[in-house]
Amino acid sequence: MEAIKNYFLVDMSVMMGRSLRHIFRSMDTIITVTIMPIAMMLLFVYVLGGAIQTGTDNYVNYLLPGIMLIAIANSIGYTSFRLFTDVQRGIFERFNSMPVARSAALWGHVLTSLVSNAISLTVIVLVALLMGFRSSAGVFSWLAVAGILALFTLALTWVAAISGLSAKTIDGASAIAYPIHFLPLISSAFVPTSTMPRGVRAFAENQPVTSIVDAIRSLLSNQPVGSEIWVALAWCVGIMIWAYIFAMIVYRKRA
Amino acid sequence: MSRYENAILVKGLTKSYKHVPVLLGVDFQVKTGSIFALLGTNGSGKTTIVKILTTLLKQDSGSVMINGFDVAMNPEQVRQSISLTGQFVAVDEILTGRENLVMMAKLRHLRAPHQVAEDLLKRLGLTAAADRRAATYSGGMRRRLDIAMSLVGGAPVIFLDEPTTGLDPEARIEVWNIVRELSGNGTTVLLTTQYLEEAEQLADTIAILHKGKIIVSGTLEELKMLFPPAKVEYIEKQPTLEEIFLAIVGEKTEI
Ligand SMILES: Nc1ncnc2c1ncn2[C@@H]1O[C@H](COP(=O)(O)OP(=O)(O)OP(=O)(O)O)[C@@H](O)[C@H]1O
Ligand SMILES: [Mg+2]
Repeated sequence: MEAIKNYFLVDMSVMMGRSLRHIFRSMDTIITVTIMPIAMMLLFVYVLGGAIQTGTDNYVNYLLPGIMLIAIANSIGYTSFRLFTDVQRGIFERFNSMPVARSAALWGHVLTSLVSNAISLTVIVLVALLMGFRSSAGVFSWLAVAGILALFTLALTWVAAISGLSAKTIDGASAIAYPIHFLPLISSAFVPTSTMPRGVRAFAENQPVTSIVDAIRSLLSNQPVGSEIWVALAWCVGIMIWAYIFAMIVYRKRA
Repeated sequence: MSRYENAILVKGLTKSYKHVPVLLGVDFQVKTGSIFALLGTNGSGKTTIVKILTTLLKQDSGSVMINGFDVAMNPEQVRQSISLTGQFVAVDEILTGRENLVMMAKLRHLRAPHQVAEDLLKRLGLTAAADRRAATYSGGMRRRLDIAMSLVGGAPVIFLDEPTTGLDPEARIEVWNIVRELSGNGTTVLLTTQYLEEAEQLADTIAILHKGKIIVSGTLEELKMLFPPAKVEYIEKQPTLEEIFLAIVGEKTEI
């Protein structure tokens, strides 16, 4: 058992190397994940932006946090899909009959999701800069933003892992992405929640995306961050722990 | 090579899926260094046995010892001792043949993964295709790669679930030669097959699984003695294994 534990990091990096090769050999996944949010950003800023009153003079600044979360939410369907394929093709069965650390295969996929999101988010921020995004945030605020985004990615990726591992069909595997797509739309990502009808507003103000968007927005605009950052962190960590445990249960059962 | 006379020892193995009983008390043993063929019709439970023996599935009752380790109590040690080629080819199609093998060598924590890959590519005649993605391989090449992946690390006990299904006669003979070579080096091989000729050609011991039990097992000679030639008139006709198989299966079905 000791020897097996010591190999966890080695095994995980082999698994991660494998799934990184997958994404770099079919760049279309990263491209789709990057281009769609950029197209939305262009649409909102140059087509709808004039009609939206957010109380800020720079709508790109207002929009960017939500766009980043949309990019992450879009990407997790691919993780689901890759896990589903591994189950179907018997790849996990092969790993599970070997003396390989049990969760290494899953962590490999999850960390790959982190890397691919880091790449697409960097591109999105660069495009936003071209579109007039400006931030007075310091290094620590940026690190905090990166940390929140990483946690959000981990949380959603583990949720995606559950659906990829338990799905019976390929459509089922990526279906998880659809409800998650809606969360940013019904949040403070595009317009302030105060403009929404009461029922929608109650939902929008109490779902994870709004607190995460608000926290990132405050950090980027160098505003004092209130309690929303703790709410945001609690959501991310809570979802991540719950989804991780559940995904591991499904994985053990499936294997 | 091993301290144990029997590399595989199965006693009273039972397994049901939900309420469908599949194995009703399976007993057999495989001598270290020998080739054991498990025969049975579709759905008789061959794959179920292989999955239990390779720690992928838990039995309901009964005991399985592999190289002296109990699959239920010490699955990690069992995984150190075995290697599995499942019924369906499990190679990573996005990686090249060489990368698949290097990955396996790294997961087995071998010292010179690239050399190991190179040697196996040569041994299985895949050198020319080594740097092409496995997705471009023919069915026979994929199966050879699949088997090569199981040979990485030289596990003392190898499981092959229908290794030659879907291969042309020439490729089948190649696989047979690999199996003979393994056994010649002291590796214990358990294979399942639909082809009676395959068992006849390869196996030291043959067992027939029918209605959840091993109904006969022994060497080909022993099985032939159980079913003496049907007619002894002018010509002496040895029954083929196929006739023996059909006689037994047909007989038991009538009861
Ligand atoms: N996960 C499962 N859930 C329910 N039933 C199953 C499951 N896996 C297998 N079975 C059933 O168990 C029986 C034995 O299946 P198994 O795959 O072990 O047979 P097999 O001898 O390998 O067949 P084949 O020659 O077709 O590969 C079959 O009737 C099958 O339908
Ligand atoms: Mg089978």
